[in-house]
Amino acid sequence: MISMSKQTTPGQENYVTINLNLTFWLPVTWICILLFSVVFADFLPFNDPTESDFTALKARPSYEFFLGTDVLGRDIFSRIIYGARISLTVGFFAPVLGMIIGLMLGMLAGYYRQKLGSFIVGLMDVILAFPNIVLAMCILFFAGATMFNLILVLSITSIPANTRIARASTLVFAGREFVLAARSQGASDLRILCQEILPNIILPQLAYILSFMSIVIMIEGSLAFLGVGIPPPTPTLGSMIAQGFSDINTDPHITFLPALFLFLTVLSLNLIGDQLRKKFIIRQSAI
Amino acid sequence: MLHYIRRKLFHLIPITFAVTALSFFFVNLLPGDVADAIAGVGTDNAVVDEAVVAAIREDLGLDRPLLNRYLSWLGNAFTGEFGKSYQTGQSVFDAIVLRLPVTLQLLIMAQCLAVLFAIPAGILAAYRAGKPTDKIITTLTFAFLAAPSFIIAIILAFIFAVVLNWFPATGYVPLSEDLYSNLRSFLLPALALALIEWPILSRVLRNDLIETLQEDFILLAKAKGLSYAYILLRHALRPSSFTLITIVGIQLGNLISGAVIVESIFALPGIGTLLVASIHAREILMVQGIIVIMAVAYVIINLVVDILYGALDPRIRQ
Repeated sequence: MISMSKQTTPGQENYVTINLNLTFWLPVTWICILLFSVVFADFLPFNDPTESDFTALKARPSYEFFLGTDVLGRDIFSRIIYGARISLTVGFFAPVLGMIIGLMLGMLAGYYRQKLGSFIVGLMDVILAFPNIVLAMCILFFAGATMFNLILVLSITSIPANTRIARASTLVFAGREFVLAARSQGASDLRILCQEILPNIILPQLAYILSFMSIVIMIEGSLAFLGVGIPPPTPTLGSMIAQGFSDINTDPHITFLPALFLFLTVLSLNLIGDQLRKKFIIRQSAI
Repeated sequence: MLHYIRRKLFHLIPITFAVTALSFFFVNLLPGDVADAIAGVGTDNAVVDEAVVAAIREDLGLDRPLLNRYLSWLGNAFTGEFGKSYQTGQSVFDAIVLRLPVTLQLLIMAQCLAVLFAIPAGILAAYRAGKPTDKIITTLTFAFLAAPSFIIAIILAFIFAVVLNWFPATGYVPLSEDLYSNLRSFLLPALALALIEWPILSRVLRNDLIETLQEDFILLAKAKGLSYAYILLRHALRPSSFTLITIVGIQLGNLISGAVIVESIFALPGIGTLLVASIHAREILMVQGIIVIMAVAYVIINLVVDILYGALDPRIRQ
C-alpha cells in the first residue's frame, strides 16, 4: 500500500505520461534557428562582426544594423551570432569529451568497487574541491586561451558529475542477473562493461548532456566576461557583455542583447534537457 | 559517532594532500616557464632582462627537483608562508587575510538570503505539488538556473543602482566603519549570489519534501488531526533540512565561483577580485595561494557538513 502510493507521488506522475508540448518545441525551434545561423554565418548576409563603422557608434537598432552597433560601431547582431558560434562549439565539444571520460571512469568505479572505485571517487572529490570557474581561469591563463584549451578545461569541470551518474547506474546494473549470466558464460570484464552494462546506461547518461551543455556555456560566458576567454577581436557573448557594461547607463542594449541571447540559449537547453530526462523516466537526482 | 568522525577525518588526509599537490603541480606542469611567466616573457609590452628571469628562478628554487619543491612549498604553506608578490612585495598570506573578511561576509549573507528564499518556495511547491503554485515556482527556478551569475548581477546593478538609484553600484564600506553602509554595499552582490543559489536549494527541498510527505509518520500526524502547516514545518521540514545542509556544502564551490564574478562586477575588494587581478598581473604565487586556500576551505567545510549530517541523522553514520 505504501509502496503503491509512492509510485504516484504528486509531481512525479507526469514523469510517465509527459507530452512534449510548447515548452519543448519552442526551445527546440530556438536552438535550431541559432544553430543554423551559427553554422552558416559565413554565407548568410550578416555584417562583418569585427568591422567598425565609425559613422554609427553605439547606434540604436535600425534597418542597417538589426540590433544596433556597439561602442566601436560594430554590428551587434552579427557579433552575437559569431559569439554564439564560440559558445555553442565549446558548449558542444566540452560536455561530449567530459561525458566520454566521465562515463569510462564511472563505469570502472562502479564495476571495480574496491580499490580502483574508491580511488576514482576520491579523485573526483579532489577535482570538485576547485571551484569550476576558478580552475578554468587559472589553467587557461597558464596554458593560453585557445579554443582547444577552453574545450579541454571545460570538459574537466563536467567530469565529476558524469562519473557520479555513470557510477551510480553501473552499480545498479553490475548486480543484475544478465551480468551474472554473462560472467558465468566466461565473458571478460571488458566484454561485460562494453556489451552488457554500457548499452543500459548510455541513454540515461545522454539525457544529462544538455544540462552539462548549458552549464559549460554559462562558464564560457563567465570566463569571457572576466577577460580570460578567447581573446579579442574574436567576439564572444561574455566579452560583449563586459564591454557594454561601462555604457550601461546610456546604452543598455549593448549589454542586454547578448545577455538575452545567452539566457535564452541556456534556458532552451535546460528546458529540452529536462523534458527529455522526464521522458526517460529517470529518478531525478537532486542536483 | 566518534568512529564516524575518525573515519571522516582519516578520509580528509589523502584528499588534502591531493588538493595541495594539484594546486602546486598544475602551475608547474603547464607549458611555459614559471619564471618567464612571472617576469612577463611573451607578453606584448615586456622588455625582459634575462638576469631578472634568472633571479626569479634562483629565488623560487626552480632548478630543484619538483617533488623536493612541492614538499618545501607544502611545509611553508602550513605555516601560512606562500611567498610574496613580485610586484608589490606584499606577502601572499597577508594579502589573502586582508581580503578574506569581505568574501566571507558576502558568502554568508548570500547563503542566508538564498536559504530564506528557498525554504518558503520549496515548502510551497511541495505542498502544492502539481498545482499552479508549484508550476509557477518551478518555472521561476528554471529561469534563474538559466541565468549566469554575471547576467543576474548586471541586471540587479542596472535596476537598483542605475534606474532606481537605491543602492550604490560599487563602493565598499568596511564593517568596522558603519554597519548600515556596510550592509547597503553588500546587499546587491549578496542578492545576486543568492538568486543563483536559491533555485537549486528550492528544487532539492521540494523533491525531498514530496518524498517525506509520503511517509507513514506524516499520515499519522494527519490522523491525529494536526494542522497542515504544523505538519509541514515541524514534521516534514526537519528531516529535509538535513539534505539542505549537504547541498549548501556541495554548492559552496559554485558559490565561490559566483563570488569571484560578483565581486569583480560590484568592485568588492575580496578574494575574487584579488584572484582576477593576480591572474591579469601574472602573480603566480598569489594565484597558487588563493587556489589552495579555496580548495582546502571547500574540503574542510564539506567535512564539517558531513560530520554535522552524521550528528543530526544517525542513519548516516553506518
